[in-house]
Amino acid sequence: MSSEAPAVGSPEPDHLRRFGTIWLIATLIALPLVIFVLGPELPPGNGSDAASGQVTDNTVLLAMATPVLLMVVIYLVYAIINFRQPKGGMLEGPAVRGHARIQTSWILITGALVLSLAVYGTVRLETGYGAGSGSGPKPLTVPSGKKLQVQVIAQQWAFTYRYPSYGGVETTHLELPVNEEVEFHVTSLDVIHSFWAYQLGVKADANPGVDNIAFVKPTKIQTFEVHCAELCGLWHGGMFDHGRVVSGADFETWIHEQQQTFAATTKVLPPYALTYAPEPTERGH
Amino acid sequence: MARKLTGVVAAVVLLGVLIGLYISSWATNTVPSIAATPVSGGAGPTTSLTLQTVAAVGPQLSPNHPNWVSYLVKQNGRWVRSTIFTVPANSLVHVTVYQFDGNSGLRNPFLSAVQGTVGGTEMLDGKAVTHINPEEASHTFVVPQLGVFVPLPGVPEEAKNACEVAPCDPSTMAHRTIEFTFRTGKKGRFRWQCFVPCAAGTYFNFGGPMQTLGYMDGFINVV
Repeated sequence: MSSEAPAVGSPEPDHLRRFGTIWLIATLIALPLVIFVLGPELPPGNGSDAASGQVTDNTVLLAMATPVLLMVVIYLVYAIINFRQPKGGMLEGPAVRGHARIQTSWILITGALVLSLAVYGTVRLETGYGAGSGSGPKPLTVPSGKKLQVQVIAQQWAFTYRYPSYGGVETTHLELPVNEEVEFHVTSLDVIHSFWAYQLGVKADANPGVDNIAFVKPTKIQTFEVHCAELCGLWHGGMFDHGRVVSGADFETWIHEQQQTFAATTKVLPPYALTYAPEPTERGH
Repeated sequence: MARKLTGVVAAVVLLGVLIGLYISSWATNTVPSIAATPVSGGAGPTTSLTLQTVAAVGPQLSPNHPNWVSYLVKQNGRWVRSTIFTVPANSLVHVTVYQFDGNSGLRNPFLSAVQGTVGGTEMLDGKAVTHINPEEASHTFVVPQLGVFVPLPGVPEEAKNACEVAPCDPSTMAHRTIEFTFRTGKKGRFRWQCFVPCAAGTYFNFGGPMQTLGYMDGFINVV
């Protein structure tokens, strides 16, 4: 069996040039659409500084992935059209002997893409005060200025919220003032949960005995969803509620109502602490 | 070869039959839905539910898990093990709970406050209260989506004639009586649960009956 391709019809066109031209045109058309049309619509919206940052990050990721995706898809379609089996018998294609320039370019380009994304992600986490994620009990970066502390207490199967700067009052509702920096302290009373305030771009694991800190500044008056994002038992799927971002004045009114409503209950709460260890503390107690 | 093929086919058929039996057993073992009893003379549509909470449900009501803690509901004069209740939309639901179990204590004392009931109170042994001692909590009846939080205090350890196994008789056995009324809104299916870690001997006292529909968790079907 010969390893040489038989000569058929007219000479082969310059596939690399043709494919490259098609890919370049498609990329030049798709990139502006991805960045300027699709990008602003990407989740989780612009409800907070963290959420807006995540929209930017998702846009950057998508913009960097678009040329790669187009390359793969266009090559697939190009190959199906141009390199399909001709009618009239089985023909063996030309031997593949490697192409050092293409291989080197592929490795260098994809390597640069991945490494630049790693650098970009690290910088964004560092400069964005954790970018809405739980940063553990000692965050590497902390926003300056006044912050409203809100403790998120997870248990099977509900979240409650405690406001230490308002007498340690605890409520079943989460309300936040707009344009004020919020410092969430997320913990759990039993198993592992995850506090996910979707429209705020906040997601922080709630671990028993751990104070997990996440920062966010809500920038839009709105209602947002709170979900548990860690499978935690029978009613994990039902462990959700809604929070509200309101004006500073409305927040003050609301929190004082909560203080009055739960005045008697606040007296029986344990003193405010970053974590709690209620009984039973052992498996099979 | 034919013998091998026959063996494989027989094994597959046997496995299929076993899977079918398991699925049919599971499907026919669902928790029944109990309709609340209409009450006449109320201000607007009103229904009532009569429940009891027991430390051990007993072999009669739960042959597979006789030692599990459980809620029971009264239907036609009999105690039934179900935690799925059907109530009318935009109505009042009056609930009476005969609480026969001892104290366990709340993991989160915040849940010792009564919330979401008419008047913001529960009647505890005939007396209106807004909260209980969190360490005395035995169970809770909580419907998070409706904002209803009702803590149920336990029977003191020193009480005489405590009920060991359900069904328990309120006329002769030590218990606490808790009554409350809540208002339903639009139609929907709302989960309810107990928040007290009361399943002794399980993972953090929150396994077994706390993780199985029909014991300490259920649904309120608002229709």
